[in-house]
Amino acid sequence: MSAAKRTSAPEAGIELPVILELDNITKRFGPVIANDGISLTLRRGEVVALLGENGSGKTTLMNVLFGHYVAEDGEVRVAGKNDNLVQLAPGSPQTALEAGIGMVHQHFTLAENLTGFENILLGVESLFGLARGRGAARQKVQNIVRESGLAVDLDIRVSSLTVGEKQRVEILKALYRDARILVLDEPTAVLTPQESEGLFEIIAKLSAGGLAVIFISHKLHEVLAASHRMVILRGGKVAGKLVTADADRTMIAEMMVGRSVPGSKRSAMAPGEIILKFDGAHVDGVDARRSLHNASIEVREHEIVGIAGVTGNGQAALAALISGLVKPDKGSVQFLGERVSKFTPKSFMDAGIGRIPEDRHHDGVVGAMSVAENLAIENLEDGRFSSNGMLRFAGFREYADAMIDTYDIRCSGPDAETRLLSGGNMQKLILARVLDCEPKLILANQPTRGLDVGAQTDVHNRLLAARERGAAIVLISEDLDELFALADRIVVIHAGNLEDAGAIENLDRTSVGLMMAGHQDEARAS
Amino acid sequence: MIRMEPRTEISRRMTIIAPVAAVLVALALASIPLLAAGQNLFEAYGLMFKGAFGSAFAISETFTRATPLILTGLAAAVAFRAKFWNIGGEGQFYLGALGAVVVGTGAISAPVWILLPLVLIAGAAAGAIGLIGPAYLKTRFNTDEVVTTLLLNFIILLFVQMLLQGWLKDPMSLGWPQSSPIVDEALLPPLVGRLRVHAGLLVALGAAIGVYILMRHTVLGFRLRAVGENPHAARHAGISVSRTMLWAAAISGALAGLAGVSEVIGLKGYLTSDISPGFGYAGIVVAMLAGLSPIGVVISSVFIAAIFVGADSMSRAIGVSNYIADLVVALSLLCVLVGGVAARYRFRWMGLKGREV
Amino acid sequence: MEFLEIFLSANFWAASLRIATPLIFGTLGALICERAGVLNLGIEGIFTAGAMSGWLAVWLGAGLIGGLLVAMVVGALIGLIHGILTVPLGLSQHVSGIGVTLLATSVAYFTYRTTLPDVTSPPRIEPFRPLDIPILSDLPFIGPALFQQTFMTYLAIALVFIVGWVLARTPLGLAIRAVGDNPASVDSQGMSVYGLRIGAVMVGSSIMALGGAFLTMAAFDAFFFGMVNGRGWICIALTVFASWRPRKALLGALLFGAFEAYQVRLQTEVGSFVPGEVFLMAPYVLSIIALIVAARSADYPRALLVPWFKGQR
Repeated sequence: MSAAKRTSAPEAGIELPVILELDNITKRFGPVIANDGISLTLRRGEVVALLGENGSGKTTLMNVLFGHYVAEDGEVRVAGKNDNLVQLAPGSPQTALEAGIGMVHQHFTLAENLTGFENILLGVESLFGLARGRGAARQKVQNIVRESGLAVDLDIRVSSLTVGEKQRVEILKALYRDARILVLDEPTAVLTPQESEGLFEIIAKLSAGGLAVIFISHKLHEVLAASHRMVILRGGKVAGKLVTADADRTMIAEMMVGRSVPGSKRSAMAPGEIILKFDGAHVDGVDARRSLHNASIEVREHEIVGIAGVTGNGQAALAALISGLVKPDKGSVQFLGERVSKFTPKSFMDAGIGRIPEDRHHDGVVGAMSVAENLAIENLEDGRFSSNGMLRFAGFREYADAMIDTYDIRCSGPDAETRLLSGGNMQKLILARVLDCEPKLILANQPTRGLDVGAQTDVHNRLLAARERGAAIVLISEDLDELFALADRIVVIHAGNLEDAGAIENLDRTSVGLMMAGHQDEARAS
Repeated sequence: MIRMEPRTEISRRMTIIAPVAAVLVALALASIPLLAAGQNLFEAYGLMFKGAFGSAFAISETFTRATPLILTGLAAAVAFRAKFWNIGGEGQFYLGALGAVVVGTGAISAPVWILLPLVLIAGAAAGAIGLIGPAYLKTRFNTDEVVTTLLLNFIILLFVQMLLQGWLKDPMSLGWPQSSPIVDEALLPPLVGRLRVHAGLLVALGAAIGVYILMRHTVLGFRLRAVGENPHAARHAGISVSRTMLWAAAISGALAGLAGVSEVIGLKGYLTSDISPGFGYAGIVVAMLAGLSPIGVVISSVFIAAIFVGADSMSRAIGVSNYIADLVVALSLLCVLVGGVAARYRFRWMGLKGREV
Repeated sequence: MEFLEIFLSANFWAASLRIATPLIFGTLGALICERAGVLNLGIEGIFTAGAMSGWLAVWLGAGLIGGLLVAMVVGALIGLIHGILTVPLGLSQHVSGIGVTLLATSVAYFTYRTTLPDVTSPPRIEPFRPLDIPILSDLPFIGPALFQQTFMTYLAIALVFIVGWVLARTPLGLAIRAVGDNPASVDSQGMSVYGLRIGAVMVGSSIMALGGAFLTMAAFDAFFFGMVNGRGWICIALTVFASWRPRKALLGALLFGAFEAYQVRLQTEVGSFVPGEVFLMAPYVLSIIALIVAARSADYPRALLVPWFKGQR
């Protein structure tokens, strides 16, 4: 693909007709203004990137567009026949679909027990009809596949497709409904860099054919590679609009964040003793995503080992193994030089392993319990929190007050319900619980996912401080920026296999990206 | 268009208002069949109230009926807290009663201060064992405990019938399938003169206080709540979900078993296979009405008991079928469920076009 | 050996089919609800209400087909209650189902008692009679074994194939399976998750009600308190055993019917040694065993028991 081709339409100076107009959209949730007078236009054949941090209002805006939310103020207008703009009835996904707006969500909306073809036809066929006359439908799908290059086996169950293939089915679903506007919400989050490239090519092809695309992202390099124009949101407002060809990274970054962000500084340190060692560890999971094959790895004191990989390549198995949630089917795990024989979360915690889980709502906290209770939950039998099986409330409160203070957890107090905390504060709670025990080994699984930049920096600094103190850290992340900022060494995980990529100083993104896609040989050659 | 939005803060008041409102709505809904049956509502509900609270005798009857309900209600509350859906209170009730009969009908002779606790323990243990089975199946094989406990209710009742026809049959009963009488040393005494209300009520109240302390003040109670609210996070934090589940099952089964013991040694003095008019199932309603709070269970038991006692009395007076009581109880459960949604969410009328008004 | 001779009597096979019939209806109904993602523990109450209302309608002069229709409407209405509580309101499907069972049972009993206050022995209706199918019914052995059933048994078996075909082959079936796997998949295509789920629960419940109606309108000719006796719960276990497939549900129900028919006949042989209760317990024990065996490898509909709220993904 060529950059020239992607930027051709606007640069040619031809004013293509406007196909979508968001005018002064304002949406409040209680006292919070999620969208504050946002306006945006989209022309036919144009790729506009919607850029912003988490919580900047991107998703809310798209939910307004798609009729999931009703805005307090403002209008959505879509080109009807003859290119004149018609207001879209608010609050109706059905209307949005009929107006030709297609959306590919971050979490796929596919029924896994149906085939791709059946998913495409869901809701298109009359519900009480018979499934006859599918020949025409199949013909139409095949035409779309041919024109767009979205090749995927549509006659097997979706459950056996890869993530990238599922995404293709999602796009086909929208195109089959004659979408003229395609919204992609963080489409690359689950793809390898190479798969992402493939997606960009398809987007380029589709937009050349006249499709208008809104591309939501928070990753700068993708946006620069794939869009014609960009709209940057910050705190629910438009912070800037740029033509991609004229934009540069620092400018965009400052618009997104509103201030220059000091990066975390990783000081050079000599690694010490081996803390954790896997020797041919093998986990047979229920599926490939939860399996690990013959994994060997060493993590030392004062060292952060970054696990790079696309989500679903065995990170879950690796994390479960280090968390004590599963035991290896073959091979061994050694901790502080001794072979681990008991695999339970409790024995791991007692041995000095701190775990930051990937999904904090699911595995990290009990939302309905208080901040104090969640802070103490891993150490209930500690004398501070209980004696003879009876809880000591004073101990809970004292500890919670101290942690809220030290880790700057913003909440109404130790008794606050944890589910009411923001993502960042929930993560601080977990960090407090894990780091306060001064663990010798820390598992940080996607520790900054879904956090805004400020909270991300805080998490990074805490991890670096733990490294300074002497902790060994296993950092699982799908964000290469994060890995390159924090890790001393990178281990790539692909299809359940671990591959040591070596010290960070000798690595670049391309080779790590290739290894993430399973192309070890090309990676070495490059 | 109506939109549901979660409330950020659930007011304490709502936790009291919701069940009370639910009960009122249930009574209002139950007036439809009453009217359809051609009854005067004021007369019918008036008779019910009088039947439940109108005299010392009525009050005694209500509290007598509330006694097993407190215990089966607590049983459901403890299990439901851990999201272990024990619908087998009825079966565990009979197991408890069976335990009391096995120990208390003369197999052991001992003074009252030994025999009485022994009978209580035997019944509680029998109930606990009856629920540990399904709990084990759930933790081990992921079998739905609702279905297994429900099916066990039928199995246990048939088992009791079998024993009452055979080994446990009272030779003096003239052919009736009932057990030998409980010996005097194993009986719970009546509380007030010649009224039927008995010391089982004290056992039940003690159990309520015990469950309160368990849930709020002990490590086990903490674990139980954590497992119920989020088993994944609890497991990740080093709490053994299966062990906690088994504890919840044991405690829940023991409480339901105690209900059976109390009926046998406090009220009837012997066991028959129709000793429970559905106390196990009613316990579920009691627990839900109470929002699973142990102290709330005591209050809602009295209410449910009053409905049953009042309906019986009304039925005798004006011939309305006493199934109206079951109807009110079922409606109360459904209404309190809906009330719980109202407490947790705000309903917003969005206008026909979907805009908020 | 007399234990094996039981299999040689046409009577045994006919009884198996008869016992299986309500279970086929119940399991099919439960399966439809669960395929859409809703566990319907109202089944026991729906059986009772279906049995009572169908019978009552016939007794009041509605005719047998009229009775079936009444039962189906009653079932659908109870399903509507369960559907509203569990789908848009997102309440616990377990607790709501138990509540619905308690409600439906008490309404049925109350209505029966109120309509017939002073009867000592239950009044009887003229139930469905065995329907002779030309030629097939006259075959030796096979005829009396399989083809001398009532209309309802044939209906149940026909429904198995109809439901199987709808689920596997029609757009409606696709939508029901999709909503039970990932509600967002139908929502994103502009269909109503609530509509599909509530609809499926209502249809499933009306089929369950037929199972109840079979008891009072074909198997017996009167309504008794407690006559459903856990059959609904057995169907819930059978659904897991059948891994949510209609034809396996038929197979499961038939196995179950055969087992029960066999043990009833066995009882006459060994009844003097073994108490009758042991035989009565057998179906419940068998259900639990079936559940344990099936639950280990059960491939539950992914969205079963998981409430879904609009605008949430």
